[in-house]
Amino acid sequence: MSTPMNATSNNRKKLLLMGRSGSGKSSMRSIIFSNYSAFDTRRLGATIDVEHSHLRFLGNMTLNLWDCGGQDVFMENYFTKQKDHIFQMVQVLIHVFDVESTDVIKDIEIFTRALKQLKKYSPEAKIFVLLHKMDLVQLDKRNDLFEIMMGKLQETSSEFGFPNLVGFPTSIWDESLYKAWSQIVCSLIPNMTIHQSNLKSLKSILNAYEIILFERTTFLVICSSNMNMQNGGVEVLDPKIFEKISNIMKNFKQNCTKLKSEFRTLILNDSIYVCELSSNMVCFIVLNDPNDSREMVLENIRKAKELFQ
Amino acid sequence: MQPLDTLYLESTSNPYLEHFSTLIDLAVMELPGQLNYFEPSYDSERLFKSVGALVYVIDSQDEYMNAITNLAMIMEYAYKVNPAINVEVLIHKVDGLSEDFKADAQREIMQRTGEELLELGLDGVQVSFYLTSIFDHSIYEAFSRIIQKLIPEISYLENMLDNLIQHSKIDKAFLFDINSKIYVSTDSNPVDIQTYEVCAEFVDVTIDLFDLYKTAGARNNSKAIKNKETTPELKNVAQLGNDLIIYLRQMIRGLALVAVIRPNGTDMESCLTVADYNVDIFKKGLEQIWKSSRVTPQEESINS
Repeated sequence: MSTPMNATSNNRKKLLLMGRSGSGKSSMRSIIFSNYSAFDTRRLGATIDVEHSHLRFLGNMTLNLWDCGGQDVFMENYFTKQKDHIFQMVQVLIHVFDVESTDVIKDIEIFTRALKQLKKYSPEAKIFVLLHKMDLVQLDKRNDLFEIMMGKLQETSSEFGFPNLVGFPTSIWDESLYKAWSQIVCSLIPNMTIHQSNLKSLKSILNAYEIILFERTTFLVICSSNMNMQNGGVEVLDPKIFEKISNIMKNFKQNCTKLKSEFRTLILNDSIYVCELSSNMVCFIVLNDPNDSREMVLENIRKAKELFQ
Repeated sequence: MQPLDTLYLESTSNPYLEHFSTLIDLAVMELPGQLNYFEPSYDSERLFKSVGALVYVIDSQDEYMNAITNLAMIMEYAYKVNPAINVEVLIHKVDGLSEDFKADAQREIMQRTGEELLELGLDGVQVSFYLTSIFDHSIYEAFSRIIQKLIPEISYLENMLDNLIQHSKIDKAFLFDINSKIYVSTDSNPVDIQTYEVCAEFVDVTIDLFDLYKTAGARNNSKAIKNKETTPELKNVAQLGNDLIIYLRQMIRGLALVAVIRPNGTDMESCLTVADYNVDIFKKGLEQIWKSSRVTPQEESINS
């Protein structure tokens, strides 16, 4: 599938996935977008030059993921010969840092070089940094390490005119990966406010405790009816609940393929409903009252589908 | 435990007992490998008298000739003290072997074991062989079958499940132990490992999702719980693109019925209504069987 490089359609989003070799860029991509399990990623070899993947997301949006091989040979190339090709029209830069890396100075240097090119070719780009392989750091040290690293990177990126840097601690062995990618992808969705308000009205009609909207293939969270109550809410649910659901549902979806079919709906204890809302969205509904008639809830969801097309 | 974590397990040096409570109470005893059973100090006679099944594990990726000789000696002793014992052999770690190699290994091990037993004059005893690995569901399958041989009511359970699936458009039904993912019974149709895996995973999905919102549910149901002092039974229904329905209902004593329903054109709601009604009756049946079953003295001696 080849596309002209000058396609300026707004629905094509170019994401650069960069970082030094072995930092886990291709593993992330494989887990989120190609249904690999964390264990399967051991088989991945080094990425040679740039691997492109085109992913349809939410139907009308195409994510163009440029997975840039991180060996120094290629890296040097990106910043010299290919710089205009690589850094043009970039919507998002996702820079991955390996927490185990011995040469942090060099990692940051590469990051600054990328920022420099971005400033020149795509000054509007959003920057995300991921501190990857967090599972290799002791639990009590994780927070401090993340804070120190983020402080340093924030300083660096401000110099290049990217003042609000967003960073996440990630690991392929827990839910943190989904959290980071959900936020990255959400930053690209234009009609977020519409989804939010639709979700609110659906919540009140169904008398639901919470509704979460997921993208169908990747199971990344798009939005939730309790978004703004997350911190000021009356009670505290598990803060990682979205990512956990992503994880559970994704595993289940892969399991369904063993029966040569794909997942459609799930109803648990008559209080949790998981159904498709459109060809590219799945809703996860938790009811307040498990005694609501199943027919009525399903009918309401059917009616709501029109709003989310 | 995750399969990968077992790489770091230490060698077992003392007999280790693990209790299971499903439909029947089981105790699984892990014995250290380097034990000499024929040391007079070791109370092996009492031990072998009190067990229902002996599971012997052979490493398929290692030299297994010694293991087979050892197995024959153990079997000889076990049959002397307890002729009613079930001997089960797990040909283990087959995840590292190719398909052809698996079949070869199994054939060879079965043949050698037969020869060894013939020499000891023990030909004609029943030995079952299973190819297992901890990296897929084969080990659960094998243990399911081993445990089913020990359940005295197994034939009734199978008949009940057969009756249930005939009348509710069910392809396949399993009675799972929720905690271990071992099934204590299934209907008489052949078990397809894929279906079993999906059903076992479905138990996991149900428990995981239920746990996430348990706190929220408790808050909302606080009135309901005050009115009746029981937690509602767990039930979960999922429908797939080709209309197949995976259906889970909690039964007695930590068991769950998981079934795959094929609607054949009828709508989901009527399928579920019929299934629910039949499963309710099935559950009553289970409760009655449970009431009338008694713990046998044999099991009591294990648990004491």
